[in-house]
Amino acid sequence: MDFLRPASWEEALAAKAEHPSAVPLAGGTDVMVEINFDHRRPEYLLDLNRVEPLHDWEVGEENVRLGASVPYTRIMENLRTELPGLALAAHTVASPQIRNRGGVGGNLGTASPAGDAHPALLAAGAEVEVESVRGSRFIPIDAFYTGVKRNAMEPDELIRAIHIKKAAGPQQFSKVGTRNAMVIAVCAFGLALHPDSRTVRTGIGSAAPTPVRAKEAEAFLNAALDEGGFWDSGAVLTPAIARQFATLAAGACNPIDDVRGTAAYRRHAVGVMARRTLGWTWEQYRSTGHALEGAV
Amino acid sequence: MPNPTGNPATPTPAGTPTQVTQGSRTRGGIGESTLRPDGTLKVTGEFAYSSDMWHEDMLWGQILRSTTAHAEIVSIDVSEALAQAGVYAVLTHDDLPTDVTKYGLEYQDTPVLADGVVRHHGEPVALVAADHPETARRAAARIRVEYRELPVVTDETSALADGAPILHPHRDDHHAGHVAHPNIVHRQPVVRGDAAEAARRADVVVTGEYVFGMQDQAFLGPESGLAVPAEDGGVDLYVATQWLHSDLRQIAPVLGLPEDKVRMTLSGVGGAFGGREDLSMQIHACLLALRTGKPVKIVYNRFESFFGHVHRHPARLRYEHGATRDGRLTHISCRIVLDGGAYASASPAVVGNAASLAVGPYAVEDVDIEAVALYTNNPPCGAMRGFGAVQACFAYEAQMDKLAKALAMDPVELRQMNAMEQGTLMPTGQRVDSPAPVAELLRRVKARPLPPERQWESTAGADVRALPGGLSNTTHGEGVVRGVGYAVGIKNVGFSEGFDDYSTARVRMEVVGGQAVATVHTAMAEVGQGGITVHAQIARTELGVTQVVINPADTRVGSAGSTSASRQTYVTGGAVKNSCELVREKVLAIGRRRFGTHHPAWATAELLLEGGKVVTDGGEVLADLAEVLADEAVEIEAEWRHRPTQAFDLVTGQGDGHVQYSFAAHRAVVEVDTELGLVKVVELACAQDVGKALNPLSVLGQIQGGTTQGLGMAVMEEIVVDPKTAKVRNPSFTDYLIPTILDTPTIPVDILELADDHAPYGLRGIGEAPTLSSTPAVLAAIRNATGLDLTRTPVRPEHLTGTP
Repeated sequence: MDFLRPASWEEALAAKAEHPSAVPLAGGTDVMVEINFDHRRPEYLLDLNRVEPLHDWEVGEENVRLGASVPYTRIMENLRTELPGLALAAHTVASPQIRNRGGVGGNLGTASPAGDAHPALLAAGAEVEVESVRGSRFIPIDAFYTGVKRNAMEPDELIRAIHIKKAAGPQQFSKVGTRNAMVIAVCAFGLALHPDSRTVRTGIGSAAPTPVRAKEAEAFLNAALDEGGFWDSGAVLTPAIARQFATLAAGACNPIDDVRGTAAYRRHAVGVMARRTLGWTWEQYRSTGHALEGAV
Repeated sequence: MPNPTGNPATPTPAGTPTQVTQGSRTRGGIGESTLRPDGTLKVTGEFAYSSDMWHEDMLWGQILRSTTAHAEIVSIDVSEALAQAGVYAVLTHDDLPTDVTKYGLEYQDTPVLADGVVRHHGEPVALVAADHPETARRAAARIRVEYRELPVVTDETSALADGAPILHPHRDDHHAGHVAHPNIVHRQPVVRGDAAEAARRADVVVTGEYVFGMQDQAFLGPESGLAVPAEDGGVDLYVATQWLHSDLRQIAPVLGLPEDKVRMTLSGVGGAFGGREDLSMQIHACLLALRTGKPVKIVYNRFESFFGHVHRHPARLRYEHGATRDGRLTHISCRIVLDGGAYASASPAVVGNAASLAVGPYAVEDVDIEAVALYTNNPPCGAMRGFGAVQACFAYEAQMDKLAKALAMDPVELRQMNAMEQGTLMPTGQRVDSPAPVAELLRRVKARPLPPERQWESTAGADVRALPGGLSNTTHGEGVVRGVGYAVGIKNVGFSEGFDDYSTARVRMEVVGGQAVATVHTAMAEVGQGGITVHAQIARTELGVTQVVINPADTRVGSAGSTSASRQTYVTGGAVKNSCELVREKVLAIGRRRFGTHHPAWATAELLLEGGKVVTDGGEVLADLAEVLADEAVEIEAEWRHRPTQAFDLVTGQGDGHVQYSFAAHRAVVEVDTELGLVKVVELACAQDVGKALNPLSVLGQIQGGTTQGLGMAVMEEIVVDPKTAKVRNPSFTDYLIPTILDTPTIPVDILELADDHAPYGLRGIGEAPTLSSTPAVLAAIRNATGLDLTRTPVRPEHLTGTP
C-alpha cells in the first residue's frame, strides 16, 4: 500500500488524477476501521490531512461552505445556529475522540446509508462541491447518493466542501440506536422547516439502500400547511396531519432486516421520529417564528 | 507496591519493652481502601498489557479459522502460504508433535487444530509464523482449505433428533456414561420432596418459558501472549490468563514437554470475566516458537477475540411455581437447557450451578429440577461471571413477579416471605450454615428513596441525556413511562462438587534496608479484580510490616487455582493469610530464642506483629521486627484449602456441593420510551452481604462492575448467531454493544458485613452475585413500565414495540 501525502489541494487533485483508485483519508474513522478489519486493502491511501483549506468553513449570506474535513466537534461548537440539524446529528456521532477526527466529507465519501450527517444534509438542502484536475462541479445532495455505499463522484474527484443552506427555521434530528451513546444508527430522521420557501424537507437514514427524503410525506405536509394557512397562523398542527405525515414517512422507507434491527421496526421508528420531530420543530416555529438551536 | 506510611521503623534497643497505644494496627491492612498499584498506570495508559510485549527477533503468529460452522475438511494446501517471503512456518493438525492433540478444562475434547472436521464458526485450522503481522495475515489467507459442509446442530431439537449428527462420537469423559444422548454434555437433576404432590396444595400456579441470549465477556484486552523458546528445549510463555497451572496442565502434553519445561508468567491482563479460563493462543504460540526456534507473539484483534474465547451459555428455561393463597411457595419445577456449543469447556460445572441454584434464594421443600447442557455447532460456551446461576436467576425472578401478580401481592413481600435464611436447606440438601440475609437485602434496596420523576425536565427544555435514547434525541418526554423492578440472587463461591479447590502462597520475611519486608509470591492471576492489593493488605495485617513486595505470578510457585467463581480473595487470600501465620510463628520462635529472657511476655502472652514490632495482645512492644529477624529470612510455601465439598448425586442432586453462598439484591428504576422501545436505566441500587470488606473501595468497584455487566445483558449485549448456519453475525464492538458511561446509571450500594465464620476474616466472595440480580431487576422494571411479559433477555426495541 502506498501512502500519498499531498501538501496542497492542487497536489491532492493531481495525485487523485494519477491514481484514481486511491482512497482519500481524512479523519480515518471509516477508512482505518475498514483497513484494520481487513475489509479493504487499497493500493493507495491519499492522506488529506495536510490540505489545510479542507478544515475551514465560511458562513455566507445563504449558505455555509463547510470544508470536507471540518470535524464534527467544530460543527457542534461553532455552527449550531446556522446548521442546527447537522449540529444535532454531529452530537450523535460515535465518541468525542471520533468526533474530533471525523467530518462530513468522510460521511459523503463513504456514502453509507447509516452515516449520521446524511439525513440532516437532505433536510437542510445542500450541494457537494467536488473537484478534479478537470475542474469543479456542484452535485445536489438529492442526486449524490446513488447506491449502497456509492455516490455520484467520478474516480478522479475529491470532495472540497459542502454548501449547506443556512437554517431559516427550526431543524431537528433523531436517531435510534440500541445504546444511549456511541451507537450506529438503526435508523435516523432529519427534518427542517424552511419558512422562507414555506416548505418542509426531510431525510431518512439507515432505512433504505441510500439516504433518502420522504418526498410524499413532504408533499403532503407542504400542501396541508399551505391549505390550512398554518405558516401564517402558526396554529397548532392537527393530530391527523402529524399522523399522516408519520405514516408517509414510514412508507418512504425501504429497509432490511439485519443484526441491528428489523425492517418492520425501522419503518415504525421512522414514523415515530417523523411525528415527534415535526412536533418539536413546529412548536418552535410557532413560539419563535424563526430558527433556533435544537435541543441540547 | 505503594508504601502508605513511608516511615522507616525507629530503632529501639533490643528487648526493651515500650508502650504503644493499645489496639494500634499496621497501616494499609485489611479493611482499608488501599489503592491498587495498577490503577493509575491503567488510567494513564502506561500499564503494560500482554499485547504490549516485544522480544528482539520475534515472529508474529496468525491463526486461520474456519469460515463455516460444521464441515469436513477435504484438504488443506499450505504451499502458497509457505512460499511467501517472511513466512517461517505453517502448521496444521498433521504437524502436531505428539499424540495429545486435544485439550479442555474438564473434557479434553477441543482440538488444538481442526482434525478433519470443524465444529463451529471460527475454529482454528492452521497456524502461520512470519516476521510481520501483515505477512502472517496474508499468508494465512493463502492457505487453501476445502470444506464439505455438514448439517448443523443448533438447538435441543436438532441436537437430539433422530439421525442428528453426533458431534463427538467417541466420548470418553466422565459424564459420557450417564447422559441419554451423546450430544448432551452433562445432565444434573435435583429432586427433593415431591413437587407433583405439593402442586396439589397450591392455590396458584404460574408457568413460564424464558430465553437467555449469548453474552460475551467483552474484556478490553484481547487475547495475547509471547512464547520464547529456551535453550533447554523448553519454552517460556508470557500470557494473559486466569489460571496459570490449569493452562500448564493442558499445554505441556500437547508440546510433549514435561511441565517444568513450560515456564509460564502472567503478563498484563485486560479483564477476563471467565473468558480466559480456557486456552486461546497459548499452545499455538508455543508450537510456533518451538518449530521456528524464535520468540512468537500472537495478538488477536477484536474480531478474532469474539471467536477466540467461550461465551456465556444461552439458555431456554421452563419454570413452574406454585404457592398457597397467603404466598407460601409450595413447589418449583424447572428444566434448564444450556447451549454449550461445539466443545465442553466449563459446561458440566455450569450445569451443576444451574441445577443446584435453580430455585434461587428461597426456602422451598418440594422441587423437581433438571439442567442439561448440549453440544451444538454454535460457538463454544463456558465460563462467564456467575455462570449457571445468572441464567437461572433471570427466570426464577421473572417467575416470582408473575406469582406475586397472580396472588395480587407486593413482589418484594412475596420474596421476603419465602426468603431463605441461615439454617435453610438448599434443594441439594445442603444446610446454609452462615448468614443469608436475603429478606434484609431486599428491605434495604426497597427502603431507598426513589430517584425524582421526570429528571429530564429543566427550564431550558428537555435534557435528553436523562431520557431513553440519550443524545440521539429521540424523545423529549413523549411516550416515556417509568418502571421499578426488584430481584435477588444466590451464587456459590469457589469451585464446587468435590473439586480440590486449593491455593498456594509463598511468603518470605526478611530485613531490607533496616526494615522488615514481606514478599508474597502466588500464581494468582490478577485480572483487574484487585487481588494483589488485597494480598499486600493481608500480609501487612498478619506480619505487621509496611512494605510488601508482590512477586509476579508464575508457575515457579504452586497453583493458586482460577481467578473465577468469586474465589480468589477467599482461597488465595486464605492461602496468603495461612502462610503469613506460619511465617509469624517462625518469626516469634526466633524472637523467643533471641530475646525470650528479656521479658516474661515472650513466653506467656499472645503475641502479635504490628507496626514493624512484636507486640503483646496488651499492646506492649517487645521487640522491633528488624532486630528479631536480623539477617535471617523466613520463608514458607504452603497450600491452603477451604472445607471440602461433595459431588451431587447424579440422580437426586443431593450433596453438600458448595463452599459458600453469596447474595445480592437490586432495585432497578427505568424510563422506557414505549413508542420506540428504548430504555434508560435511571438507577440500579444494590445491597449485598460481603461478609467482610477487605478493601471497601474494591468491593464497591466489583459490585458496580457486576451490576453494569448485568445491565448490559438486560438491554443490549448479545452475540447473534444465525440459526440456519450457526455463524456469528456481530463479531465487533460496532454491533456487539456494551454499556457506555451514558448507559450506566447511578449505582448506590449498601454493603452488609455479616461474617461467615468458616471463611478467612469472615469474608464472602463478591464478584459474581451482583451480575445475577441486576439483569432480572432491569427486566422487571421494564415489565412494570410497559405491562409486557418479556420472557427474553436482552430486550430489544422490537420486543417493546410489538414490531416483528
